[in-house]
Amino acid sequence: MAGGTGLIRRRALGAAGLLVAAALLAPYAVMLLTALKPAAELRVTPPRLLPVEWRPQNFWTVLRDPDFQSWLTVSVVVALVSTLLVLAAAVPAAYHTARHRFPGRGAFLFLVLVTQMFAPTALVVGLYREFFELGLINTYTALIAVNAAFNLAFAIWILRAFFASIPREIEEAAAVDGCGPAGALFRIALPVALPGIVTAGIFSFIAAWNEYIVALTLMTDASMRPLTVGITSYVTAYVQHWDLLFAASTIAIVPVVVLFALIEPYLVGGLTAGSVK
Amino acid sequence: MVVYPAVELVRASLGRYSITGLYQGAVGLRNYARLLEQEALPVVAANTVVWVAVVVAVTIAVSLGLAQLLNESFPGRRLVRWALIVPWAASLIMTSKLFVWLYDYYFGLLNRVMVSAGLAPMDWLGDDRTVMGAMIAVGIFVSLPFTTYVLLAGLQTIPGEVYEAGRVDGAAGWRGYRWITLPLLRPALLVAAVLNLIYVFNSFPIVWTLNDRNPGFAHDTMITLMYKIAFKSALRDVGMAAALGVVNVLLILVAVVAYLRVARWREEPV
Repeated sequence: MAGGTGLIRRRALGAAGLLVAAALLAPYAVMLLTALKPAAELRVTPPRLLPVEWRPQNFWTVLRDPDFQSWLTVSVVVALVSTLLVLAAAVPAAYHTARHRFPGRGAFLFLVLVTQMFAPTALVVGLYREFFELGLINTYTALIAVNAAFNLAFAIWILRAFFASIPREIEEAAAVDGCGPAGALFRIALPVALPGIVTAGIFSFIAAWNEYIVALTLMTDASMRPLTVGITSYVTAYVQHWDLLFAASTIAIVPVVVLFALIEPYLVGGLTAGSVK
Repeated sequence: MVVYPAVELVRASLGRYSITGLYQGAVGLRNYARLLEQEALPVVAANTVVWVAVVVAVTIAVSLGLAQLLNESFPGRRLVRWALIVPWAASLIMTSKLFVWLYDYYFGLLNRVMVSAGLAPMDWLGDDRTVMGAMIAVGIFVSLPFTTYVLLAGLQTIPGEVYEAGRVDGAAGWRGYRWITLPLLRPALLVAAVLNLIYVFNSFPIVWTLNDRNPGFAHDTMITLMYKIAFKSALRDVGMAAALGVVNVLLILVAVVAYLRVARWREEPV
């Protein structure tokens, strides 16, 4: 292809890309701009895109709100602990399935599919009954257990692909040099698979951070709500603090987007490895 | 953790519960019979079919284009990939609340755009004619990133030589896409379709939030209906909600199996 038409093509693609990016980001830009408006400016018609008076103090108001602090604590505790539990169980499980043949290995995709299908949403009534009878409504234990359980299969799935991509010869070479099976896992496989572990960890962290329906159902006590459920109380039939709702949402979304951007290079390979071939 | 609630769900669907949640004995299949008597059920079932079919079909069609775009190299590709991450990473409930605000009759920017374009403003989430469309648009918006990445992964497994061979045989442009790309993309399309089918059927926050203002069940899907029966409506009926939960799980199972059958069956003649 001639250089000239190639340049035009690249420019056209770039323009199309810019349009797509703008369309995807526009709603979140409105979120940020609304979070920066004083309350009085929310109720003007016709509505304006930009604030007349910029009010970054809204973010301080939210951060100093004791309710927001307690939602944030619940979200951080639940997402962190459930992610650690997922990794503790998924790393050995994934290593085992990647290195050993066992009956039913082929059924694994199906198992992952089934756990996705029996997502907490479909089972929420059963989950509620379960924790109601165990007396665990409004406890960290309940929310952490549910998040860990439902993210486990997906984490094993991602990790398995990373472990499987490590050539067996490296471990065999290590064995010749006197490295035992545990040594092979800790000194060879884990360091090489570190990007996979980070990817699986960030995925389960984000899933737990954004989880809504189980928290809505199991955490009925206002002080035990995570961010996703808590922030909705800024806008109800009685109070309408859209500015604070969006400031809180921005605070909740930004760290997750940054985490996600970190694993972006692995998304294309890691997410579908094994299923798309 | 996954199996026990499923067992509990089936057990609950066969029992009777007081409003405070105490088990009052088994009633056999009566919860299922009462579920079928609910007047809202046909409407809700139709809503669910429209919701799932339109969101999944449009998402896949648009994602095919987006994946194709991201598979090319052009200035600013990084930016597009990062932009695509945002709706994926943001919590669905926060995105849903954001769209409630954008759709607002008086203060939403969508109506501002409508008026600027010389059109009449609409009560997007309050008008029976527009509420489903408004929800579907948000459903598509949040499903695009994941679907695009799955299809992009599929595109990247297609080696460049296949296209060169195709060009020699006269299959370039649209013909190359139709006869080379699409058939080779079939496994990725299958994964994207099945996972979207499940996610969209089970999707809760969008319909829950955008349909919040409307009384009754006229715009609910099977999932939000189940939740309302159990926890929010005057019914407060755990047994009947559990029965609907069992029906939901079976429905999605049947839909996925049927889809896989059809997709495989069509694979053979090609």
